[in-house]
Amino acid sequence: MELFTNQVLAGIATGAIYACMALAVVMIYQAIDHLNFAQGEMAMFSTFISWQLMQWGVSYWAAFIITLAFSFVAGIAIERILFKPLAKAPVLTNVAGFIALFAIINSSAGLIWDFTIKQYPTPFGSAPFLGSQLISTHQAGMIGVTVLLLLGLYFFFQYTRIGLAMRAAASVPESARLVGINTSWMIALGWGMATAIGSIAGMLIAPVVFLEPNMMGGVLIYGFAAAVLGGLSSPFGAVVGGFLVGVFENLAGTYIPGVGNELKLPIALALIISVLVVKPAGLFGRHIVKRV
Amino acid sequence: MPAMHVRLGALAAALALSAALSTVASAQKKYDTGASDTAIKIGNIMPYSGPASAYGVIGKTEEAYFRKINAEGGINGRKINFISYDDAYSPPKTVEQARKLVESDEVLLIFNSLGTPPNSAIQKYMNSKKVPQLFVATGATKWNDPKDFPWTMGWQPNYQSESQIYAKYILKNHPDAKIGVLYQNDDYGKDYLKGFKDGLGTKASMIIIEDSYEVSEPTIDSHIVRLKSSGADVFFNITTPKFAAQAIKKNAEIGWKPLHFLNNVSASIGSVIKPAGFENAQDIISSQYFKDPTDPQWKNDPAMKAWNEFLDKYYPEANRADASVMYGFIVSQGLVQVLKACGDDLTRENVMKQAASLKDFEPLGLLPGVKVNTSPTDFAPISQLQLIRFKGEAWERFGDVLSSDVGG
Repeated sequence: MELFTNQVLAGIATGAIYACMALAVVMIYQAIDHLNFAQGEMAMFSTFISWQLMQWGVSYWAAFIITLAFSFVAGIAIERILFKPLAKAPVLTNVAGFIALFAIINSSAGLIWDFTIKQYPTPFGSAPFLGSQLISTHQAGMIGVTVLLLLGLYFFFQYTRIGLAMRAAASVPESARLVGINTSWMIALGWGMATAIGSIAGMLIAPVVFLEPNMMGGVLIYGFAAAVLGGLSSPFGAVVGGFLVGVFENLAGTYIPGVGNELKLPIALALIISVLVVKPAGLFGRHIVKRV
Repeated sequence: MPAMHVRLGALAAALALSAALSTVASAQKKYDTGASDTAIKIGNIMPYSGPASAYGVIGKTEEAYFRKINAEGGINGRKINFISYDDAYSPPKTVEQARKLVESDEVLLIFNSLGTPPNSAIQKYMNSKKVPQLFVATGATKWNDPKDFPWTMGWQPNYQSESQIYAKYILKNHPDAKIGVLYQNDDYGKDYLKGFKDGLGTKASMIIIEDSYEVSEPTIDSHIVRLKSSGADVFFNITTPKFAAQAIKKNAEIGWKPLHFLNNVSASIGSVIKPAGFENAQDIISSQYFKDPTDPQWKNDPAMKAWNEFLDKYYPEANRADASVMYGFIVSQGLVQVLKACGDDLTRENVMKQAASLKDFEPLGLLPGVKVNTSPTDFAPISQLQLIRFKGEAWERFGDVLSSDVGG
């Protein structure tokens, strides 16, 4: 029983990592209706920027804010320069673009900061949280930040004009244009926000997995899994999906004898496929709001 | 024609003298493809891109080292022409690059190609072509197999020898230990595990839990939780640097304090222990065969000074906390030693012959007492290790230099 509780708690802690990343994935999906394969690398690069700032003596929170701003602008710039020209191109062209971006960012980070792992500070400390030796204060902080981000996004999309406009631009672009929404800029804004959220995810994940150019490789796969499981159109679903994948993965690894450990990832993916077959929109699929 | 007689007489005297001085050297120069009066072509394959690109610095260090050798006059008057290609750690690409090196660039040998899967992919090819695959950069045990693969030779202590040393230590000092093992689920991890079990022999049941992880996992936290709850009091940590740092940190976070054995693969202070936190790494036991450049005890060591001078002049942008830079420095000296010994007989056969007759060779950078030794039946050049324990901010050596030769 103790092992069970421990694994569930450890799963929630790891799930927070996936949830953070899944939020960024959902964000970009809201804006462009595609998954961005370079999302993890963009987050990694942002994290390196903040690390570099701290190396230069900038305080954690100042570096955090600067990185957020930098990521937002960089996200918009990438959309304007690279993907706006591809807007009318087939999906596969876009995918090729994402993969190219992935390789370029990964290699440049390696070139600039090399591949040895780096320690990344946490603002929450890493003492045991509330006496529990299984979740550290950092992981608790991470869960807190994820929930805050989620609430923020919920209000943004539900109650602000610009949030509604962004959703409209993504789901029914023609009608959105007819009511006077600049859909092209909405997409750019989506990129900026997704990149900024990704940078938060990166800065929260780095203290756990250590900072290096390949740190997001595994995380992004699970982040995608979490987002698909929860529903690609629902930030709330993405977060729940993240925690579910984290816990499920640990329990499968621990209790399914023999194969469990080696098949952790396939089991998580099998779960997703089953969900998609039964409920294609994911657990918390798109709530369609028709009026803008 | 008195002058002629004098000259002939001098020639005869010189011949007699050289024959008397040396029984090995022949006046005739012998070359295979890739060697000439002025140059020796050396091939190399490294993962400059892709998942293992962190090791690419080894190739860069070697390139810099051979530039130094050339600037200082070369080897027996011949310049080294070092041709290094990228295989992105992908075996099919390694095959392509090896063919290119052997058949199009026509190198004398391929030196220090990196990684177990890439080297496995070209081993048969190199042996059928009879081109030396010299000092491969991998710790797998199978490279020490001169009978089946006379053209392939390892370099560093192999994984099985290393884990046998830990096993012996545990049997001697902690005979009642309950051991938990975490290993990376691939050839590297399994090689270590096999050596460890062989070392424990009939006492292999001391291992109460074996857990493995995949490199695709973002963190190994849940494995550490599992190992802790198994009740193990000795932890053998067979992980690569990133995961090793995670394990050390997680152990401290969840308050698990077993006797911790960390494989040499991750013994670097700069790239593992420091990121994981010095306070979390106290009393970890590992082993080493060369000097960790970030270890303060070597600050004024002559080898370390030579290393720093070399880097200042030929590779100033090198990351001096990276143990791979030291590795490249040492293994390059190994190649230079072999080529020097070849003299004017630069055939592939003689290269292997000289490589298999290294006796107590001590390149700069190895730990005191560790020596390079080979023979026609021993293709494991370095097979000695020093047990070390982490204290404060440095590794402390303890016990004698231990050796354990395991064949492939």
